[in-house]
Amino acid sequence: MANLKTSQKKTKAQSMGMHTEVLTGKTQQKFFNPDEAENFFYWGTYDVDFNKRTELDVKDMNCKEANKKIDELMSEGYGTIVIKNPQGKHSLGVGILNKLNLIFEGSLGYFGVGSIDGPMVRVNGRVGWSCAENMMAGKVVIEKNAGSCFGAAIRGGDLICKGSVGARTGIDQKGGSIIVGGDAGAFTGFMMQRGRIVVLGDVGINLGDSMYDGTIYIGGKIGSFGSDAVEAPMTKNDIDWLNRKLKVAEMNENFDVSKMTKVVSGKKLWNYDALEPTEKKGAI
Amino acid sequence: MCGIAGLIHRGKSSNVGEELQSMLQALKHRGPDSTGYALYSQNDGQNFIMRFKVGENVGEGSTSVNEDVSVYNERKKLVDKNLSELGATIVKEEQLTPYSYRYEIKYDKDLMDFSKKIESVEMVEILSIGKSLELIKDLGDAKTVSERYNLDKVKGTHGIGHARMATESGVDIKSAHPFWGYPFADVSVVHNGQLTNYWNNRRALENKGMRFMSECDSELIAVFLAEKMRNGATLEEGMKESLTGLDGVFTYFVATKDSLGMAKDTMAAKPLVLYESDDLVAMGSEEIAIRSILPQEITTYDPFDGEVKVWQI
Repeated sequence: MANLKTSQKKTKAQSMGMHTEVLTGKTQQKFFNPDEAENFFYWGTYDVDFNKRTELDVKDMNCKEANKKIDELMSEGYGTIVIKNPQGKHSLGVGILNKLNLIFEGSLGYFGVGSIDGPMVRVNGRVGWSCAENMMAGKVVIEKNAGSCFGAAIRGGDLICKGSVGARTGIDQKGGSIIVGGDAGAFTGFMMQRGRIVVLGDVGINLGDSMYDGTIYIGGKIGSFGSDAVEAPMTKNDIDWLNRKLKVAEMNENFDVSKMTKVVSGKKLWNYDALEPTEKKGAI
Repeated sequence: MCGIAGLIHRGKSSNVGEELQSMLQALKHRGPDSTGYALYSQNDGQNFIMRFKVGENVGEGSTSVNEDVSVYNERKKLVDKNLSELGATIVKEEQLTPYSYRYEIKYDKDLMDFSKKIESVEMVEILSIGKSLELIKDLGDAKTVSERYNLDKVKGTHGIGHARMATESGVDIKSAHPFWGYPFADVSVVHNGQLTNYWNNRRALENKGMRFMSECDSELIAVFLAEKMRNGATLEEGMKESLTGLDGVFTYFVATKDSLGMAKDTMAAKPLVLYESDDLVAMGSEEIAIRSILPQEITTYDPFDGEVKVWQI
């Protein structure tokens, strides 16, 4: 558990340069200490058995009650949980940090399956805004459409929507893959920093606006390019990766990925120059 | 943030009052200050229905100035006098709250002159005029307002509604949505978002003779569309012009006696979820609004940026 007491002792983690703060007051912050076995335990996770299956009807539950019940079921070792009647409720299935087969028989509202690290999720319906926000790992498959900010700030994993998605898909994306079978709205890949976005259909205006890094592949028409988003040539590695990913995403395997448009950062915005802030001020 | 909801039954009537109440109550967390309904009900279409208020609801967290109820009666008498002078005949009158009335009237002349005359009485505001439109708005959540005005039994083909979180203007009825598309009969608007060129547009429209009753930026949409239609544009044309004429972030619904439309700004910054079938279109700020009337599994989607859609009954 977190050490809430003042600590002047230099830990091994500090010696290793993992952090430099020496705590002088009461804190709830917990630093990783490789000497302590307990730190290899990922808090809030469970060893589950995928063959142990159960159903949970959340029709009359609010999101807190539903999420708590999911947590309880995982703690009992259930590795396959089918959620009945989600009916567009917000924030369902969030914060799951272990392997799990999680199936939603219906649609989710906002912030569905956010901040997850590892589960395999299937939503047999639609998802609202900010689905899988901050996802670290795992696979999420949406059978129908998705709202805006799909996969906002994801760090890893595969996030798949077989239908169309709204605006700002992959905003602030830091890793992982977002794959869309239909169309995507405006500002797709806005300020993305790493990872890949694949859209088989059309995209709206300002594609890849202010993207720092990462790669976007578009199969259909592009409304317009955003600031600093530029087209790049497709390589054999791109084509191989796309073919593999579309298979993983259960998408059309006959889709000719070689004809897709590849978009990357032009890296011409001010944040890529070598000027120091004082020099920049002078230049302005 | 505010929540908006709308639905249209195509080819039949339904219990739109109750349906819209369920949808708006599901969105209560988006706006608890006031709730408004624009219901297109089954009337005989012979007479105009005028809903108007002679004062504000001063309870329930209102920012309005408290007034003695006796002034309401005086204002009502002045409205009746003005109606008589306009040549309008009151067929039926109902007092719904101390400050609001519903009149059925016979009148066949210009509605702009009519409105100016009625609203020349201090604090009197026409909430709506139409042969189908019943516009009700008051402080409180959807259920509270519905119960106060007996809306759960209103039958009709379509309606739009709004759950308001007051941000840029007061907690009062005049700033609540929907807004009537003055001076057009049966036109109403609800909006979720912020308009940043409100004053520029307002000044220009006022110079053209259009009237504003509040300082709520959403009212601009109703007036903007009304002015376009006054100059011959269709509803859909006016809505498309609004995408460039209005700055800011917005999703809005507009309804007329036989149609329902939606528009979303070019940045798609405000949410909207839509369900569309052959006989029903339902839409709202969040899917839970739609689920409140359609619990079975359905396919919904988010309209894209800059999208305008209009459906007929």
